[in-house]
Amino acid sequence: MPRQHRSPDPVAPAGRSNGVVTVIEVQHVTKHYGRVTAVDDVSFRVERGEILGFLGPNGAGKTTTMRILTGYMPPTQGKALVAGFDVLEQPLEAKRRTGYLPESPPLYPEMTVRQYLGFVAKLKGVAAAERKKRVAWAMERTRVADVADRHCGKLSKGYRQRVGLAQAIMHNPDVLILDEPTAGLDPKQILETRDLIKGLAGEHTVILSTHILPEVAQTCQRVVIINKGRVVAVDTPDNLTARLKGAETMYLQVDAGGADAAAALRQVPGVIRVQAADTRNGVAGYEVESERGRDVRRQLAGAVVGQGWGLLELRPLRMSLEEIFLQLTTEESSQEVPRA
Amino acid sequence: MRNVLAIAGREVRAYFASPIAYFVVGLFALLFGWFFSTILAFFADRSMQMGQFGGGAVNVNQMMIRPLMLNASVVILFFLPMITMRTFAEEKRSGTYELLLTSPVTDAQIVLGKFLGALALYALMLLVSLLSVALLFLYGNPEWKPVATSYLGLLLMGGSFISLGLFFSSLTRNQIVAVVLTFATLLMLWVINWAADSAGPAMRTVLNALSITDHFDDFSKGVIDTKHLVYYLSFITFGLFLTAKSVDSERWRG
Repeated sequence: MPRQHRSPDPVAPAGRSNGVVTVIEVQHVTKHYGRVTAVDDVSFRVERGEILGFLGPNGAGKTTTMRILTGYMPPTQGKALVAGFDVLEQPLEAKRRTGYLPESPPLYPEMTVRQYLGFVAKLKGVAAAERKKRVAWAMERTRVADVADRHCGKLSKGYRQRVGLAQAIMHNPDVLILDEPTAGLDPKQILETRDLIKGLAGEHTVILSTHILPEVAQTCQRVVIINKGRVVAVDTPDNLTARLKGAETMYLQVDAGGADAAAALRQVPGVIRVQAADTRNGVAGYEVESERGRDVRRQLAGAVVGQGWGLLELRPLRMSLEEIFLQLTTEESSQEVPRA
Repeated sequence: MRNVLAIAGREVRAYFASPIAYFVVGLFALLFGWFFSTILAFFADRSMQMGQFGGGAVNVNQMMIRPLMLNASVVILFFLPMITMRTFAEEKRSGTYELLLTSPVTDAQIVLGKFLGALALYALMLLVSLLSVALLFLYGNPEWKPVATSYLGLLLMGGSFISLGLFFSSLTRNQIVAVVLTFATLLMLWVINWAADSAGPAMRTVLNALSITDHFDDFSKGVIDTKHLVYYLSFITFGLFLTAKSVDSERWRG
């Protein structure tokens, strides 16, 4: 096991004493293209076996960050470590431990899938004796064995993506970096690819970028939301949902026979705010905000029933990732200072 | 070295998977054959005349092989830029460049691999042209040493063309730009000493020393002069060095 780099982390001081190993560490990475800042002081870390989702609108700096991690380009400032190796100082060591699937799979159209993967195996330093076995393993793992002797240029989008994935796992890297692995696939292929990625986690540490929100919720254990080159949040999808709501919100539908139930609801201890949401055929809907971490559903139900009204609906309003994402990215842009 | 060979092998395979290799080798053989037959006809004429007037035998090396090699050197000046134009430009356009640059290989290995790949195809071109030369050995008795030095000279000069072509291909993702830049620069280096006659004595030496085809002349005469060896070898090294720097600097430019 290579030496692990340890240093104070500004983002998520996860418990790392109990056998948790940081495999990827990005420290204050900044990248300028001329006068444009693509990535601005980005820091995060990924533990072994984790799937980290890299979420952001197009042009947020996801691809740039990934290219820095894979050693394709150096950062203007800051440091990136893969398996303890600085991608700038020890690029070959870092690259040996990294598998990378760029946004468009890097296939040579004139080679057959088998030839191509054989070339990749050589390039990635797989020993000659093992090469054939590794190629077969990667093809089987990504289910491309049936097109082994077809030319890469003649493959469908789904197969191209999978051959790209086979290429990335060829040398059994510690770290897999996948740039929009499901982009352009049909729904069935998306599901298959997600399952494949989930299957790869555990033995590999995975970073995948996407701008599709449900993908993150379904695949990733942790999310980095990035916007305009800056990290705006790092957390689990569940925590993000909870953290962003300062309060819990319930939706109630009350048949109060024309009376206004808001006053009665306000009386319930723990309720901060009651707002009329909609009215349909004399049935009023209310959004009730309560203190965080306090479950007031029983009391709300009791209050309504105690008045002799009919309680038609009571459900917690959860913020979807979409709303969180929008909230975060628009918050960020309203704070944005114009850059010279 | 394994990485270099892996990259060189893929290059050669790519040449043969596309029509490039067949066109370049085939057309070079055709042109070489054309020069061969016209020079041979001229040579046969001259020998007959010399025989009639009792002037003794005509030197086949001097009268036949040398002009043939000088013509070949011009033909490769036209052909090699077409071999090298795709080396980097195509990978950049298709995105496979990302695979190379994120694999555990050094810039030098990438550049050297591509150089050897192109050189291998060029060597095949020369090999095919040997068929014509072999005919001379079959029906005449030329000296083999000037032939060997000519081919060494062609290989070195072609290597210089290739290293320059690699450099220009590494600058752009557009193959046409790469081929035009390479071709124009080679042409310039070819004719640069045309200004030598009107230049001052110091400038004349410099201009003559720069001319890339001038250095080949001695090789075609059967002379291996260190001066020319050094010229071609440093040209190749410098070209490859620039290419490696260009690959590296592109990362920084992003």
